[in-house]
Amino acid sequence: MTRALRLLRRRLIGSVFVLLIVVIGSFLLLEAAPGDAVDAYIVSTGGDAGLVESLRQRWGLDQSEPTRLANYLWALAHLDLGQSVAFSRPIRDLILERLPNTLLLMVSATALSFGLGSLLGVVAGARPGSARDRLLSIGSLALYAVPGFWLGLVLSVVFAVQLRWLPIAGIETIASGKTGFARAADVASHLVLPVAALGFIYLALYLRMMRAGMAQVWRQDFVRALIARGIPRRRIVIRHVARNALLPLVTMLGLQSAQMLGGSVVIESVFSVPGLGRLAQEAVAARDTPLLLGIILVSAVLVVFINLAVDIAYAFLDPRVGASEART
Amino acid sequence: MSRMARFFRSPEAIAGALILAALALMALIAPLLFPGDPLAIAGPPLTPPFQDWALPLGTDRLGRDVLAELFHGARTSLVVGLAAAAASLAIGAVVGTLAGFAGGLTDEVLMRVTDAFQTVPGFLLALAFVSVVGPSLGVVVAAIALSAWTGPARVARAEVLSIRERDYVAGARVIGMHPLEIAFREVLPNALPPVLALSSVIVAAAILTEAALSFLGLGDPNRVTWGGMIAEGRAVLRSQPFLSIVPGIALVLTVLGIYLAGEGAVEGTAVRRGLS
Amino acid sequence: MPLVSIRGLTVTYEGGEAAHKGRPLPALTETDLDIAAGERLAVIGESGSGKSTLALAIAGLLPASATIEGKIEWPGLRRGPAHGRDIGFVFQDPAASLDPVLTIGEQVAEVARTHLGLGWKEAYARAADLLGRVRLPDPRRALAAYPHQLSGGQKQRVCIAAAIAAGPKLLIADEATSALDTIVQAEIVTLLRRLTEEDGMTLLFISHDIALAAGLADRIAVFRHGRAVEIGPAAQVIEAPRHAYTRALLDAHIGLDAAPLVARTAGTAR
Repeated sequence: MTRALRLLRRRLIGSVFVLLIVVIGSFLLLEAAPGDAVDAYIVSTGGDAGLVESLRQRWGLDQSEPTRLANYLWALAHLDLGQSVAFSRPIRDLILERLPNTLLLMVSATALSFGLGSLLGVVAGARPGSARDRLLSIGSLALYAVPGFWLGLVLSVVFAVQLRWLPIAGIETIASGKTGFARAADVASHLVLPVAALGFIYLALYLRMMRAGMAQVWRQDFVRALIARGIPRRRIVIRHVARNALLPLVTMLGLQSAQMLGGSVVIESVFSVPGLGRLAQEAVAARDTPLLLGIILVSAVLVVFINLAVDIAYAFLDPRVGASEART
Repeated sequence: MSRMARFFRSPEAIAGALILAALALMALIAPLLFPGDPLAIAGPPLTPPFQDWALPLGTDRLGRDVLAELFHGARTSLVVGLAAAAASLAIGAVVGTLAGFAGGLTDEVLMRVTDAFQTVPGFLLALAFVSVVGPSLGVVVAAIALSAWTGPARVARAEVLSIRERDYVAGARVIGMHPLEIAFREVLPNALPPVLALSSVIVAAAILTEAALSFLGLGDPNRVTWGGMIAEGRAVLRSQPFLSIVPGIALVLTVLGIYLAGEGAVEGTAVRRGLS
Repeated sequence: MPLVSIRGLTVTYEGGEAAHKGRPLPALTETDLDIAAGERLAVIGESGSGKSTLALAIAGLLPASATIEGKIEWPGLRRGPAHGRDIGFVFQDPAASLDPVLTIGEQVAEVARTHLGLGWKEAYARAADLLGRVRLPDPRRALAAYPHQLSGGQKQRVCIAAAIAAGPKLLIADEATSALDTIVQAEIVTLLRRLTEEDGMTLLFISHDIALAAGLADRIAVFRHGRAVEIGPAAQVIEAPRHAYTRALLDAHIGLDAAPLVARTAGTAR
């Protein structure tokens, strides 16, 4: 347990630095945009030069860049992400509203891709070179080549439009008044296609990783020792080989979280799911840079936390992690 | 056995190479086969495919020739894929070499910066960059490279860390070569092979990212892109799904070809490195 | 009636060095050997002598691509020998013989569970017994230890425990001491002798170190280039070798006339 805590502390300190770089970097990037939030606001709502001046003053946009950066960091320390121009609401509220939907989407997609992917990978890796191994290998490669948004469209055409089995868009039936279990079922049916679109791509990744990992573990010497001890093949495959091959996949979970967040932008767009990704697209369309900045920040924090959790899980799974520190 | 011969031993690598050759051909002959602006109106809108032999794949919502768009889209994908990969590999190799060779504070700082770029979801970063600077082909390439350089940087750094202990580096130091010169003349060229092994993955990812950006309307509006075609076809998805499906198939085949050829190439080099 | 009877055993690996007429050179050629029940037989040779090939062939652990001619018979067994149940095998590198992510307790217990039909609780109890027999300190706590927490000698003791967990008739130690420090080597040899005496197991001890084998074996077989050049009682092979190669091996071993690390007769070790 102490091993995990020590790891956690070290990683937290490093993460703070990384997040600081992210904040400053993103701030500077978005400052480079021609025109600012006020210009965007004026374009959509109209107003004269005097209004522009007063708005700039009110939103603190007339100050120098370093001052604004300092102000922003100070606000961040109080968990204040500023005000959205396009929605005229605090950004924090907006994000907190949309975040759960994206989290639901991501967690479900990760469960699908990791669970089913590694399972199929074990099936393929149990007998390397067999017919089913080659089939799964080529199938997964083809799947990995598919653009997520296109898969979403195809699934939507087939299942929602033609077959009418599932709803086309949104996260739940609007104003249905459903509660409790019925509501959960409604949300679930809306999420099936987006989760499938997002999850199938990464399923291919985990399948291939597990398959390759198992092929590698099979070659290791301790497998020969297990055979010499007469351990049944089934137990060797599941308890020894797959267990060892699982480790790099767990690491990949952390790395994929950033990519999946990015992928959710297009998927949410295709299925009109009101999540963080969709909000980002809306922010871009409205040239609402504070909102975009807020979303980038929250995404980065999310990725950091997921990676931390993954690292701790990995430390539990691999007894060798942190061992050298403990001894010295 | 030469690397080329080994590459062509696997049927997958051959299939990949064929697909890429077809893609390159499409891109090259596009202006010859379909001269003029592919975004110009060529016929009545929503003409179904295989009806008019002047418009073999029909037309889209605005009456543009789908086949012409398909061919010209290949150019965009290829250009973006190769350019973005080249840029990411270049940036990554330089940063990784600097970090690995200099060590100490430089290494720490550069690695934290790399972490920062890896923490922000690449697509979000690309989105932000394109929205700030404005959609054009060069910007899209830069946006993709902005997040893709981290992979090559880490690989390059790992290679350099092992190379810098070797004798010929010590020898160069003794001669009095400037550290930067050693880093980029002696160390970097030897660190390149595993970095270059990443190239097929990066090209594939770049093509997919560009397609997604175009799908969201953030691609170069003056160019035909397969992602843009899919977005266009979305409006008539119920009646003419084919308009969105065909460019998607083109994307799948292209990326698949890259993966297959890439795996074939890696197999060829991996065996060689294993023996040395 | 011998435990194992080998006649005309020839093993050729795929892709081995080409001899003449483009056919690969066999690793083991026309070997005849009987292993008596309860005896301790040492097979001595240098690299390429075929000693490990012999061990792997008897244990049935040769790669599928290897060609095997000749016969290996087990007269006393009704069914063919089974891995783990009839033959225990200890490999050279103990670190490479253990799964790094599972406890050593589980790895020993699973052998007992597989062959003795025990439930997990009983299997772990038996594992604790075995770890005690191989002289691991605090066997009950050792059950929860991971391989990387043990020293090389301790890991090899665990591997021996796993090899004998099902009570096999034959224990094969293939260069089992070669990766260990000298003093640890002697300890492992003592352990092997004690275990085989206690259980009445037959021991096949493969090594390149004739002096080490001298303290352990009843009989010694010397191999060279895939053939047995001399087989005989240990005392006779050491003190009055008949073959020039055996003599060369003994001469090359420095300080053999000094007192051996391990006593030659059953009794106290030094």
